[in-house]
Amino acid sequence: MPEASWFVALGVAVAITVTLRAVPFALRARMRDSELLADVGRWMPLGALAILAVYCLATIDVSAPDRGVPQLVGVAVTVGLHLWRHNAVLSLVGGTLACVILSTWILP
Amino acid sequence: MSGVVEVAGSESSFAYAARRAGVVWAGLFALGIGFGVLVISKGLPWWLAPLISGTLFAGSVEFLFIGLLAAGAPLASIALVTFLVNARHLFYGLSYPLDLVKGRWAKAYAIFALCDEAFALVGSAPRGGLTTARILWIHAGLHVSWALGGLTGGLVGGALLSNVRGLDFILTALFVVLTMDAWRESRDPVTLGLAVVAGVGAQVVAPGSMLLVAMSAFTAALVGRHLLGRRALREEDGRA
Repeated sequence: MPEASWFVALGVAVAITVTLRAVPFALRARMRDSELLADVGRWMPLGALAILAVYCLATIDVSAPDRGVPQLVGVAVTVGLHLWRHNAVLSLVGGTLACVILSTWILP
Repeated sequence: MSGVVEVAGSESSFAYAARRAGVVWAGLFALGIGFGVLVISKGLPWWLAPLISGTLFAGSVEFLFIGLLAAGAPLASIALVTFLVNARHLFYGLSYPLDLVKGRWAKAYAIFALCDEAFALVGSAPRGGLTTARILWIHAGLHVSWALGGLTGGLVGGALLSNVRGLDFILTALFVVLTMDAWRESRDPVTLGLAVVAGVGAQVVAPGSMLLVAMSAFTAALVGRHLLGRRALREEDGRA
């Protein structure tokens, strides 16, 4: 059953995202002069991604029946593949497959 | 014969875009399948995947959006998470070559579809090789691949993968990989340290609103770092 709230939420998310993408072009000259924004813009990508990674890693439940082993192995495979091949698609697919295989068939 | 010339022109623009961005298109298609499957695995209808991917077109936020939607999170939380996670887009406009995109609608579409990958691909391309058509093809290829991936994952996910568990791990893998890539770009231990402390601290103090607390604390720490850096610069000037 589609819920009206989904479409409201999606509309709000789209409006915020498009605004964030458009605003800097409108304020381009002014923002270019801001040293604070330049610094924050330089530091933000790594920091925001690291926080998102921590957020996801914190959802791994080591008190679950499978002790979170599929996810922990998935992280190890993802990191290992990425250090080895530097290929994002390979790392994503390999790590996710490891997690899926373990949690679906080996440690259900 | 102007029609023939036009077709040939658009083909070469497409070929240029495919050469520069084809691998990323394929990657987004694969990741889009993961997104579609995640939508299904959260008990949401398959068509939400291509709908969200076509309109929101912001990979990481979409994965979080689906989790919040499935958990029945309040609209204010969804809005705040969207704002904080996508706030990095504020900085893309500072260097994206929008002046090379001619025409009102072309500019509007380029801004609408300015995802991380589009910024990275267009921003890193040699300026001399870029035309309106080539830039739009790069964007459109990313957009279509991502939405088609969502459609495929939503349909196939419902039919074949309903008993498969653990697929939402792709989000964890995505952020681990993107963090490793960002680290290779900047090798900035202070930023990484502040972010990890903010993230772990927020998870301990406020597990229910971890992202909000962590992103706010991290941003505050960056402002403080900026001010400290400026003061250090002034002191150096004073000594010199």
